[in-house]
Parts: sequence; structure tokens; C-alpha cells
Amino acid sequence: MDNATATTEPVMEHEAHEHVYVPQHRHHFETEEQQREAGSFGMWLFLLTEIMFFGGLFFAYLLYRNWYYDAFVAASNTLNIGMGAANTAILITSGFFMALAVWAAEVRKKRVLVWTLIFTTLFGLAFLGVKYFEYKEKYELHHIPGASFDVSQFINPPIDAKTGKPVGNPLPPDVAEHTQIFFFLYFAMTGMHALHMIIGIGLLFWLLGRAQRGDFSAGYVAPIENFGLYWHFVDIVWLFLFPLLYLINRHPLAH
Amino acid sequence: MGISPVLWQFLVKWLTNSALFPPEASTVAPWMDSLYFFLLGMTATGLLLVGAIITIFSLRYRRSVHPVATQIEGSTLLEATWTIIPLGIFLVAFVWGALLYFRIYNPPVNSMNIYIVGKQWMWKAEHPGGQHEINALHVPTGQPVQLTMISQDVFHSFSIPAFRIKREVIPGRYSTVWFEATTPGEYHLFCTQYCGTNHSQMIGTITVLSPDDYKKWTEESTSGMSLAQNGERLFASMGCNACHSGNAAARGPSLAGVYGSTLQLTNGSQVQVNDAYLRDAILNPSEHVTAGYAPIMPTYQGQISEDGLIDLVEYLKTLHTNYRVQQTLTTPEADQASPPRSGAVKP
Amino acid sequence: MSEQDNTILRLPDQSTARVPKKNFITAEDGLLSWLLTGDHKRIAMLYLISITVFFFIGGAFAGLIRLELLTPQPDLVASDTYNKFFTMHGVIMVFLFLVPSVPATLGNFLIPIMLGARDLAFPKINLLSWYLYVVGGVMVLATMVLGGVDTGWTFTTPLSTHYLNTHVVTTAMAIFVAGFSSIFTGLNFIVTIHRMRCPGMTWFRMPLFVWAHYAASILMVLGTPVLAISLTLVALERLFGIGVFDPTKGGDPLLFQHLFWFYSHPAVYIMILPGMGVISEVISTFSRKRVFGYTAVAFSSVAIALFGFFVWEHHMFIMGVSNYSALVFSLLTMLVAVPSAIKIFNWSFTLQKGSITFETPMLYAFGFMGLFTIGGLTGVFLGSLGMDIHLTETYFIVAHFHFVMVGGMLMAFLSGVHFWWPKMTGRMYPETLSKMAAVVTFIGFNLTFLPQFILGYLGMPRRYHAYPPEFQILNVLSTAGATVLGIGYMLPILYLAWSLKYGPVAGDNPWQATGLEWQIQSPPLTENFTEIPIMDHEAYDYDWLEHKTKPEVTTVG
Repeated sequence: MDNATATTEPVMEHEAHEHVYVPQHRHHFETEEQQREAGSFGMWLFLLTEIMFFGGLFFAYLLYRNWYYDAFVAASNTLNIGMGAANTAILITSGFFMALAVWAAEVRKKRVLVWTLIFTTLFGLAFLGVKYFEYKEKYELHHIPGASFDVSQFINPPIDAKTGKPVGNPLPPDVAEHTQIFFFLYFAMTGMHALHMIIGIGLLFWLLGRAQRGDFSAGYVAPIENFGLYWHFVDIVWLFLFPLLYLINRHPLAH
Repeated sequence: MGISPVLWQFLVKWLTNSALFPPEASTVAPWMDSLYFFLLGMTATGLLLVGAIITIFSLRYRRSVHPVATQIEGSTLLEATWTIIPLGIFLVAFVWGALLYFRIYNPPVNSMNIYIVGKQWMWKAEHPGGQHEINALHVPTGQPVQLTMISQDVFHSFSIPAFRIKREVIPGRYSTVWFEATTPGEYHLFCTQYCGTNHSQMIGTITVLSPDDYKKWTEESTSGMSLAQNGERLFASMGCNACHSGNAAARGPSLAGVYGSTLQLTNGSQVQVNDAYLRDAILNPSEHVTAGYAPIMPTYQGQISEDGLIDLVEYLKTLHTNYRVQQTLTTPEADQASPPRSGAVKP
Repeated sequence: MSEQDNTILRLPDQSTARVPKKNFITAEDGLLSWLLTGDHKRIAMLYLISITVFFFIGGAFAGLIRLELLTPQPDLVASDTYNKFFTMHGVIMVFLFLVPSVPATLGNFLIPIMLGARDLAFPKINLLSWYLYVVGGVMVLATMVLGGVDTGWTFTTPLSTHYLNTHVVTTAMAIFVAGFSSIFTGLNFIVTIHRMRCPGMTWFRMPLFVWAHYAASILMVLGTPVLAISLTLVALERLFGIGVFDPTKGGDPLLFQHLFWFYSHPAVYIMILPGMGVISEVISTFSRKRVFGYTAVAFSSVAIALFGFFVWEHHMFIMGVSNYSALVFSLLTMLVAVPSAIKIFNWSFTLQKGSITFETPMLYAFGFMGLFTIGGLTGVFLGSLGMDIHLTETYFIVAHFHFVMVGGMLMAFLSGVHFWWPKMTGRMYPETLSKMAAVVTFIGFNLTFLPQFILGYLGMPRRYHAYPPEFQILNVLSTAGATVLGIGYMLPILYLAWSLKYGPVAGDNPWQATGLEWQIQSPPLTENFTEIPIMDHEAYDYDWLEHKTKPEVTTVG
């Protein structure tokens, strides 16, 4: 706040404000604008910490993909690209609804706000649902790292029923072992992402409740805006994860 | 060094005898100590300077004689001075330290190679002539010695304070350090990277002998088989010679003279064949396929110990022809020739 | 010469002075009002109590370590137990004491007031931060009770992932939780400093204490998440037996080192920068002068934060990293040493033409300057590549970091606690006793840690339960010093507690200092100011102080 005047501000400053005075005004803030700016800044800073958090995983990914490219290619090609692409579309749609929700809050349309939040949540849950099926498939194929991990399908790739050819190049055993590192990174990164989605969905339920009560349709939009930032961030992380994990050296048109 | 060698000897001896300073027993030690004295001098100067400024100002401007303070904003000249001068001194320390670092971690070409395997909680030293030591290392004076080290489990660190050398001993890859001992005697060997319960028991003795005494020691303590001979037997028993038989039509490339050469790989890259490469090629063969050959070599990960790998690497270092392979398979041990000369590092 | 000439302390007339009836402590009653508070000052007090508890636990472990090291043989406890001692000592002191010490107590208390604000930007997040700290602390205590952890505070892999069967995961998760406490504190500070300065409070009118915390907060916010992910990976590797750091499975243990030290090096600057902020305030007040080279000191804090992110590999010089990367990191390490030197000289020259008195906070500040100089310069030894080869992993390192952390940071913390004690509690501590404690601490500290430099050069490794007999004398000296040091640390607890009830009433501004915090009552009101101040003068403006006619805030009640 730059010094606008050189005199002491009057004690009863509330009536002097031109801004709308919302009941959620916190009294350690001088103006509502200050409160909103502080909240937004805080959320951006928090997202910066999240970037650093995921950054460690991305760094590990960078290193091992460089070292074990062949294993990464083989492992990546076993991921279900259909489900991954569907999830990408689902999450982008969810983000779209979230953006609509922010708009709705700003123009104070309570019903639109509530419905867009509902759709955001539904698409988020759909994403998690698809993830569940993906993880289940991984479990059945013994691709979950740990005691039950099985490399045999990389050493002797199964024959694709349609083309009669193996689904991928067979890997020597020592290279095949390194697919476990890929899967570990896959589960760590998508798992961490999914955890953030779950937290986000929890917050969405809370926001829905308050939106329904009308808390956000009278000018106080900060929680919706800031949650929107968080949700879009989670979306962007997925947009990096998808190509890095699912699309290593894919040739969908070649077969 | 600018200081007279006599004076240096005197200073160092006095410090050593007062148990405040480790003995200097390698060629690198005086270099390390001179850098240390420079840095100590820097610290003493810095401390005296700051101490003097604080003391003098505190006395001169204490409240009872200087009740009113004069407000001073600062002085760009002073800021520049105490930025540039410390930076200059620190950069001297940087350059000096960097030179010393490269000196310690780049072995001379005529180094004698000794292998060190660290494991919880002991050190194994393996001389090329087959002498094995536990928690001890015998070395001669006047001969550069390179230690090629690896851990069987966790991080350890091989430290000989009297030589002023130390290097981390890591699982999964070789690390090296070299020294040339100057003074016969017994010196401490420590593991300096925390490695679990008996970290402080992972200590030993470095015995430096005169060249004649060292020769006597090697003859007395040989276990019969040199590392290379052990490696030769492993080469046969693990089935390596089935593919690496040296025949033109063999499934694997001939390994005679491969150590030190530049190899063309199937992925187009070129590699320099050294200890680390050989070890890696045995454990991860599919990533190190020589051009013109198929990736059919099985991995030996988990089937061979670090000691075994060292034996094999030593063997390959000394392999100049494949004739010997045939000979070993048919000649009884008693008739074998004397151990090959200690594995010198090929340039 | 009257007594007044030797001290700037001006206490109100004790026969009539009273601690103000309405203040943040008396504002609400009951335990819940403290446990659910949003008041930054109350949260600071909660932190002060918790970190003191953990300090003494960590200190007890230090005492046990030094006790064992009296004799060369491993005769007091079993090796596994000893390994747990130094691990717990490190974990508690680093994560539960040093990292939160000044920021969470003094920073939380003072930053809003120094900026002319009523509270931090996010009071509820501030409270959450304290709860996260407590949960992390309780988890560490749980580890202790369940049998301890012996990885060393550095969790080196593969030792911590595959070769130990102690409570590694619990400890890792405890630090994870405590780390978020730190992140939220830093986040709160950054937003507050950016958005809640009062009218007229430009960046360059802020006290240097605030600049120091701003720099430290950047480090907290950007660095701590990387620690979080490193520890998470260690925990996952232990729980699922995979090998991201295991060479036999294709992983790389050096990857852990890079990830861990990427945070843990900035962590040391997180620990020291707030302490440096305290020193700026104390030196200024007890010299009655603006800090020499204000701008240089402010910028050097930010420079330390920035450079501090680019030197982490200097903890790994002998671990087989590329020689050329070692060159780069060594050079950067030399660069990061320069801003600290700049500060020391600026503080020294603040004394010139000042009017100096030697109350307890000033004594601690002088102690800081001498000991931090030694500690910082011995850091240059370690940044010099060749020298590091001989000195790393020995007691030289132990001595170096104790000089900067204990001789530096802890002294700064004590300086700050004494300096702002009258403001936080409304009571003055006993001066003679506190001076004595400061001197005892200084002597004890030097006796404990100077011999360790010598031991380091001799080659005695760190984390050793037993050692060669010729090292015994130096170890005995060190343990003797530790005993003295322990006494020096006990004393403040006793007399500060005593002062809460029996100390003289301090008044608004016993030190006649210039900061905004000294223009309000002691202890402050919950809302800090009855009216938001307008900052129309520079920081450390002693002329303004002299000519102040209108009191900013009068005592209420």
C-alpha cells in the first residue's frame, strides 16, 4: 500500500471505503482489495511450492529416462493410451467448468455457480474412476513395483491377436529390470497427482456447500478464484504427466 | 613452496609430536598442509580484523565517553573494499583448492593399482598379485598407488588422514584415488561415511614399507593365485569363454587387448574401455553391445560378487592373446607359470 | 559518571508502573483461546514454548553423545544406541529447533508490528503451521519412544532405504509434516511483506529484520518441498522395496544426495538469515545508530538466498561427481561467502561513531560476530575443493556447522529473545545474571568446539562411537566445554521464567529503540495498533525518535 496521504487515517474507516464491504472481510486487512490480493498472491506462492514438490519427481524422471530409454519406451507403451487420453479430455473439461464457475461467481449467478461446480466435481470424480481402472489393470499385469513385479512380458512380449506380431520388441533381462523404475515413477507421479485431485474434490464439496448457501454470490469470490487456480494447476501437472508417461515413442499409426 | 624445506619439516614435526597435527606421509600432504596454513592465516587475519574493529570501536565509542551517536549512512568505497578483497582471497582459495583437487583425483600414469572393496563393516584390499588384506593395506614408498574402490552395500568412505586423501566408496560404481607414500610407518585408515552400527569399527592400519620390505612382504603374503588368475578361472567357470573364445566366428567379441581401447557400440557411440566399463558390461550387457554383435549376453547381476568382478576385470586388463585361455583350461594349476606382473594401468 | 551512562535502559518508575491490563495475553482467557487463536503474537508464544521443549530434548542427546565420547572405547551405550543419539540430536535440532527458532517465534511476533499491520496475511494458516509443527514434533517423539532411528539426519541411501530396520519412515514423515509448517510460515511472511505494509512503509524503510526474514522465506517456500519429495521417495522405497535409489536395481544413490542437499543447503541459510536480522536490530539499538550500509545489508540477505540455491553439490565433492561440476559448485560456494562477509563488516562499522552500551543482547551479538566469522571462514576451507578432501566427513565439519549454527544462530536467537523479552512480556529480565549467562555460554561454546577443529584435521571421523586413544584429550576438553555450555543454556530458562512474575515492569520502549514495535505498549494489544501508523521516516531514525512529540499509541487500561 503506497502512502497516499500524510495524515493519520480516521479511526472509523469502514464507511470511507468505496469498495463493497463484504461480511467475510477479515479485520487484519485494511481493505477488501488488500484481502483479495493477499489471498491470490498466497495461492500463487503455494502453487510455486507445488511445482518444486513435483519438480523433484520430474528430475528423477529426466535422469532415468535418459539412462534407460529402451526400458522406458517398452514400459510406457504398455500404458493404456486410450484411458490416458480420455482422462486428459476429462480433466480439461473439468477445468473448463471450473473456469465457468469463477465467472459465475464474479457475475453473481448462484445457480450457474453451483451447477458448474457440480460438473467440475463430477468430471474430477470421473478422472479418478478411470485412474482406478488403470491401476487395476496394472495390478493384474503385475506392473506394480515391489515384490509382485513381473518383467516376463517385457522379455517375451505376447503376440498381438490382430496382427500376429509381438506387441513390442523383446528386451534383454537386465534392461527389462529397469522397467520397474519407470513404473515406480509412474505410480509416484500419477499417485501424487491423484492425491492432489482427491484433496481438490474434497475442497470442491466444501465449496459447493457454501456456494449453495450463497456465500459466493454477493461479491466475495476469493475462495472460488483461488481454488480455481489450484484446480488449473492440478490440470497442468496432468498435461505434463500424460505425454511424459504415456507417449514415449508411440507410433499409433504405424501398426 | 616458498618456505624452506628445513623450516617446514621442523614446523610439521613439532605439530605432529604435539598430537595436534597428523603426520605427513605422502607426496600430497605438504600441498594440503600449505593450503591449510594459508586458510588458517586467512581465518586468523579475518578474526583479528573483525575483533580489532569491534574492540576498538567499542572502547572508543562507548556511551560513557561518546554519548551522542553520529548517523552515518554508509560508504560505497568501504562496501566495494570489503566485497572485493574477501572475494579475491576466496578466489585464491578456490583456485588453489581446485588445483589440489585435480592433483589428488587424477592418478599419474605409472600408478600401481590396488582394489578396495568396502562392506559393512570391513575393508578388503586386493593386490593384483593376489595378496588379500582385511582392514589393512601395505604399500611401498616412492610408488604411486591407485586405489580402485567399490562398496558391496552402502556408502563408505576410505580415508587416510596421514596421506590427506579420502574418497567415497559407492555401491554400483568404481571410485578412485591415488597417493604416493613417502615415510615408512603405520597410519590410520578410517571409514568416514556413516554406514550403520559398526561404522566406528571399520578402521584399519596402512603400513608403509620401503620398496625392499614391500617386495619381501608381497612374496610372503601371496595366497598363490593372483587376481588375474582368479579371474581367468572365473572366466571359464562362469561360461564367458563359450562366447568370448577369440574365434572369428564366435558369438561374442574377442576380449584380448580390449582394455584401454576405444570400442564402437551398436548404438553408434564410442566408449573408452576402462575398469568401470568392463564392470558395467558384465552387469548390464545389453546396454554395452559391441558393434557387429547381437545383444545376447546374459546379465551376471546378482550372480557375481564385487570381488569376482574385480578378478575378472584384472584378468581382462592383462589379456593380450587368447592363447592363454586354452592353456588354462588344460594345464593343471601346479604347472602354471608365475603370476603375471602386477596390473599396471595402461595409458 | 552516573549509572545511566553505561546503559540505555530506561525503565518506568517502578512504584507506579504497571503492566497494561489489556494486552494480547489478557485479552481472552482459557486454554482454548490459545489453542484456537489467530493472533500472531499468541502463536509466537506457543512456538516459543514448543521449540524450547525440543531444544532441551535435542540438547540432552548432545549431552549423552559428549558423555560417551569422554573415553575412546564404546563403553557407555551400544553402537546402535549411540547412532540413534546423534541422529535424534540432528533431526531435533535442525528441523524442530533451528529452522523455526527465530522465524516462528520472533518473526511471527514482530513482522506484522514492524510493518504496521494488525496481523499476518493468513492467521489461520499461521495456526495450522504451529499444529503441523507440533504433529511433526510428536511424531519424532513417537519415533524416540518406539526405539529411535539411526540413519543420521541426512538419511543417506541406500543405508536408510535397505540396510536399517529402525523407524525411518516415521521420522521421514515427521520431517515431511514439520516441513510444511515451515513452508506455510514462509508463505505467510512473503504475502504479508508484499501486501500489508502500512502507508509510507516502502521496501527500503522496512527494518533489516524484515528483509532477512523475506530472504529466508523465499528459501523456505522454494526449498522445503524438495526435501518433502526426497523423504517421500525414501519412504516409498522402504515400504515397497523398489529401487529408485538402489544400484542393484538400476537406481542411483547419488540422485538422493542431489535431491536431499538441494533443500538442505538452503536450509542452513533459512536457519541463519533470520538470526542475522536480529543482529542488525540489536547492533543498531545499542549503538544508537542506523545500520551502516542499510542497502548493502538488505541486498546481501537476498543475495545469500539466491546464491544459496546453487551450491548444494559442495556436500558431495568426494562422492564421485564430475570434476568439472565440482569446479562450478566450488566457485559458487566462494561467491555465496561474500555477502555474509559484507554483513559482518557493515555491522562492525555500525559501531563507528556510535554510542555503545553492552547490555545482554549486545553481548550475544558480539559473540555472534566473532563466532560466525570463524564458522563462516571455516566454510571457505570446505568450499575449497582440495582442502575439502581432507576435511570432509571429519570433526572439522562438525565444528564448522556448530560454529555457524550454535555460535551464530543460537546466539542470535538468545540475543533476540532478550532484546524483545520486555516487549513480548512487559517485564524486564535480570541484567547481571543474563550477562553472566552470556559469558558462560561463550566460554563453554569455544571450549566445546575449538578442539573439534583440531580433531578434524587429525582425521577423526564424525559419527564415530569409538576413536583412537590419542584423540582422547581433545575429546575430554570438548565434553568439559559442553558441560559449561549446558549450564549457560539452563540459566536463561530459569531467570526468564522468574522475570515473568518478578521482573521489573518494562514500559513501552525500555531500549529507546526506533522500530514500530517499540512505539506501542508492552505487551502489545491484540490488534497491535489502535490506529494504523503512517510511516513517514526511515528505519533506524534516531533523530525522529528524539523529536517525537505525539505518542503513537497510548496504553489502554
